[in-house]
Amino acid sequence: MNGTKPARAVIEVSGLRKTYGSLVAVDEVSFEVHDGEIFGLIGPNGAGKTTTMECVEGLRTPDRGKISVFGLDPIRDIHKLQNRMGVQLQEAQLQKRIKVWEAVHLWASLYGMKSSDGERLLEQLGMVDKRNTWFMKLSGGQKQRLFIALALINDPEVVFLDELTTGLDPQARRAIWELVRGIRARGKTVFLTTHLMEEAERLCDRVAIIDHGRIIDVDSPEALVNRYCPERTVVLMTDDPSAEVLFRAMPQVAAVSANGGRFTIRGKSEDLVTTVIRCLSENRIRVSDFRTILPNLEDVFIKVTGHSIRD
Amino acid sequence: MHGLGRLMWIELKVFLREPLGAFGTVVAPVLVLVLFGRIGTYVVAGGAQKAATAFFTVDVPVFVTILISINAVVSLVSIMSIYRESGILKRLSTTPLRPSTILTAHVLVKLFLTSMTLILALLFANRSLLTAAGVPFLRFLLAALIATAAILSMGFVIASFVPSGRFAQPITSVLLYPMIAISGLFVPLSSYSPGFRSFARVLPMTYAVSLLHGIWKGEAWAAHAGDIGALFLVFAICTALSTKIFRWE
Repeated sequence: MNGTKPARAVIEVSGLRKTYGSLVAVDEVSFEVHDGEIFGLIGPNGAGKTTTMECVEGLRTPDRGKISVFGLDPIRDIHKLQNRMGVQLQEAQLQKRIKVWEAVHLWASLYGMKSSDGERLLEQLGMVDKRNTWFMKLSGGQKQRLFIALALINDPEVVFLDELTTGLDPQARRAIWELVRGIRARGKTVFLTTHLMEEAERLCDRVAIIDHGRIIDVDSPEALVNRYCPERTVVLMTDDPSAEVLFRAMPQVAAVSANGGRFTIRGKSEDLVTTVIRCLSENRIRVSDFRTILPNLEDVFIKVTGHSIRD
Repeated sequence: MHGLGRLMWIELKVFLREPLGAFGTVVAPVLVLVLFGRIGTYVVAGGAQKAATAFFTVDVPVFVTILISINAVVSLVSIMSIYRESGILKRLSTTPLRPSTILTAHVLVKLFLTSMTLILALLFANRSLLTAAGVPFLRFLLAALIATAAILSMGFVIASFVPSGRFAQPITSVLLYPMIAISGLFVPLSSYSPGFRSFARVLPMTYAVSLLHGIWKGEAWAAHAGDIGALFLVFAICTALSTKIFRWE
């Protein structure tokens, strides 16, 4: 997060439960989204991300629990909230033959904004050259840019982005990430869902891991990695005969395995990598390869749920 | 009603960019009337000539007008069901747009298209048949718009909940086409049994046909105050009902 940690909660969810017939989509879901942060709800498809987000947006009525957005109830006070929220829905569509500029001008008029505000957004999102293109002719990335423009048209305080980059190629995905960071830079709060761990790790200040409709933990990606997967691994190649003894003697090291001249050194200390480098330097051990393997959110997810996010 | 004008303008343009939709709604009814007009010119003199002439000069134009109205309804229901199925309505539901604004925009677009279609149909129809009847075109156009608004409002109710395009066409057809059959257009209401006549009088199409028939034949508005009242009642009830039951997804 840029600078100090935000404290004011703009979204508060507690004890949320939503069922569809006999299917419990989400249960006992509680979290807060702070002012000015990018908050991610992460989990596999069917985990309850979209249901949770749509309850917060006021699109679905929860069976139980309390939701507050800017202190307002998203169902009862939806008309007051709509002007303060920007929404991008998963798998959204527009009229096939609506032109980009027409969509933006329509949305502007629905919020009582000027068409020029929409034109400015098209410029900021790099869509000016597509303004006369029909929606059906846009690429996946261009459609998502347009949906971001529509979500921002009313200059909202909080923006909801549901699976924004699903189905996009890596280049388009990275470009969209930049746009999302830009939204935060304008002082807005972003609440997103994703099943892409890399996206969450690179974009989110804090994430909530959700699986089978329940929140497992909420924190920054770094804090979650340190909490659940503190292991650090260093892999190096050396033909120095004294190396193995020296590595095993380091207090931070939990295990060393040797395979020919290739050593895999494991430990739970954050200082493991520094310690290994210092040992190599002080003992003048010559290495021909050196790599670190650090755990990520994907590892955290497997650790806390017992399965991969793709299962 | 923020955005009503913009929504109407865009919906009209988007509709006209869909070549098949525009053809089916605007061009096809004109062709039907022109075709009937041509057939009418081949009616030969004889015992059946009077009845045939009445059919071609009164019933056919009213029938084509009803077809134009029903086309508008089918188109409205199809568009709304496609919007619902593909998530366009859901996307709009997150904006300050209200169901009443969407329905108003669509009905005004359809009424505009109905007017255009009717004007085109009358322009291209066989002149001799139409002028012979001494038809008050402007009054008939107004009557057609009143009838279409009432028939469209029944379409609203279907459009408010029909889940997908697959259901739109059959539901609309099943509801509307039988209404034409017993509306008095082909068989006079007076020839029905009392029970069946009462049933026909419950249906809005009967009043639409009666109004159009009368105005086409040059009767006064006052003679059809009951028809107009019934059609307004249908419009008011259906509009109120559809905004209540409207589903975004």
